[in-house]
Amino acid sequence: MNVEILAVAIMTGLATSLLGVFLVLRRMAMMTDAISHTILLGIVLAFMWVGSLTSPVLLVGATLMGVMTAYGVEVLYKSHRIKEDAAIGVVFTFLFSLSVLIITLQFRNVHLDIDMVLLGKIEFTIFERWRFLGFDFGPRAFFVMGFAWLISLVFIAVFFKELKITSFDPALASVLGISPVLFHYALMTLVSLTAVAAFNAVGAILVIALMIGPPITALLVTRTLVKTLVVAQLIALFNAFTGYLLGSLLDLTISGTMATVTLLTFLVVMVCAPEKGLLGQTFRRQRQRQMLAIATLIRHIANHENTPEAADELDIENTASHLQWSRTFYRKRLEKAMAQHYLTVENKQLTLTEIGRHYIRQFDDDARLAERRDNT
Amino acid sequence: MQPAFHVEDLTVAYQQNAVLWDIDLDVPFGVLAGIIGPNGAGKTTLIKAALNLVKPLTGSVLFAGKPYRAMHKRIAYVPQKGSVDWDFPTTVQDVVMMGRYGHIGWVKRPNAEDWRRALEALEQVDMLPFRHRQIAELSGGQQQRVFLARALIQEADLYFMDEPFQGVDVKTEQALVELLKSLKASGKTVIVVHHDLNTVRKYFDWVTMLNKKVIAHGPVDTVFTDANIRRTYLSDSLLSVERD
Repeated sequence: MNVEILAVAIMTGLATSLLGVFLVLRRMAMMTDAISHTILLGIVLAFMWVGSLTSPVLLVGATLMGVMTAYGVEVLYKSHRIKEDAAIGVVFTFLFSLSVLIITLQFRNVHLDIDMVLLGKIEFTIFERWRFLGFDFGPRAFFVMGFAWLISLVFIAVFFKELKITSFDPALASVLGISPVLFHYALMTLVSLTAVAAFNAVGAILVIALMIGPPITALLVTRTLVKTLVVAQLIALFNAFTGYLLGSLLDLTISGTMATVTLLTFLVVMVCAPEKGLLGQTFRRQRQRQMLAIATLIRHIANHENTPEAADELDIENTASHLQWSRTFYRKRLEKAMAQHYLTVENKQLTLTEIGRHYIRQFDDDARLAERRDNT
Repeated sequence: MQPAFHVEDLTVAYQQNAVLWDIDLDVPFGVLAGIIGPNGAGKTTLIKAALNLVKPLTGSVLFAGKPYRAMHKRIAYVPQKGSVDWDFPTTVQDVVMMGRYGHIGWVKRPNAEDWRRALEALEQVDMLPFRHRQIAELSGGQQQRVFLARALIQEADLYFMDEPFQGVDVKTEQALVELLKSLKASGKTVIVVHHDLNTVRKYFDWVTMLNKKVIAHGPVDTVFTDANIRRTYLSDSLLSVERD
């Protein structure tokens, strides 16, 4: 186990998923994917200019390219000739292939591993150190990621209210004097910066999984924006940790296992989330059906007791066929209703207890209340 | 005295298609005004152009004689319910508080006074018990009440509302109308995009009848006539005759 690689993985997860919450809420996942590809052109052009792979100019150049991608897409679809998704598709592939062309033409002798560009190589990030005043502080990637995370965190903390309203209701924001365009581009700048910072670790393709995965998972269990941000960070932490462990145990590429774990976490939460999860929903629906069945049984008795046909309708053997229930379903509901003392059986006849009468009155009142609530 | 809302020579086009043609119109202070017209008549576009959300080709819009920039804090806007994502992770009271973001100012957080007003607005629309709910758990009528509460705490003088009765049950519609009437009674001007012709007389005292151009506008009693309704709703053919 290498603590430094783990630290880089965790910091990458934290930084990417923090902004991801807003990208998901603004339906900008695919824009992010585009940016994570086109920053390669920024990196290549900046490298041609300064001739060094560690210069901060690369960070600036690539960030600019990311913002220009967002702008290019906007210009194209605002022309009303094509839709936004098509604009994204054509802009980012163009810029990405341009960077591949330049790499092949200009740097034939530089070994550029296509796997590395696409998937990153988090294991190698620890070889580039951050040294200052003779001290070795650790992997440079950790500090670059930490820097991106901190900037995003401060930005979100300071402009929380503005980010919230421009994400939820841009028209109202604009009327209140809070420019949605300004925050769109501020966010795009930070996304670009974060994608560049994460480029070495997770490449052009996988960064989208780390940005989007924890937020969509968090949204399954949270009701407020603050909680979504916090829970997304915790999930990112968990994904990075588990992904790293899995990767090193099975000797697989760690960025790949991190992305895989991200999807698995999402699926597990989607199924198991207490309120919005599939299991919970199915369980609740089934319970409602069973409660409704018991209420039906009690109402059936209430309707027919003291009537001429009561002997037939309320015979313990006949009731199932009158209600058109299977015998097993009937027996289970009957047992449950008797266990709750809603009814008793006298001479093979179903008879309501006081508790049963009270229950059905309560049930009707609740139904009326719920109906009134739905109408307002 | 200047009108509360004044539009002059306003033309808006999306691409080659003109949506609004040369709109001239005045709404006086202290009225409850309806904007009515068929689908595609440009009702929403008129509001959006007035609030700077859509860029017009030509024309000017004045609020109490002043341009939008000078007056935007005095203007409240209730967009169509369908214009936002109701699955957004936020609570009822947070959405209402958004109405005060303009007053609170950049970076600052809502203070006790802002919260007091937010709860008061929720009380006014009868939604106080729901304040901690996530907005995804609301019915259509409740969503509209929340939107209205959000407009109320903007403390505006002029309210623009886009189809506030859409997807709302009869009881909520009555409650909302009462609220709009009390806004009017306290001296505010309320402009509502509306599509139900049957209720125009009952709800509004001023009406703008729109179908790409202004067909008629003025007090409901004099303007909302059968002839004008026919011209507004059948004017696709009429317009082309007039153009010839």
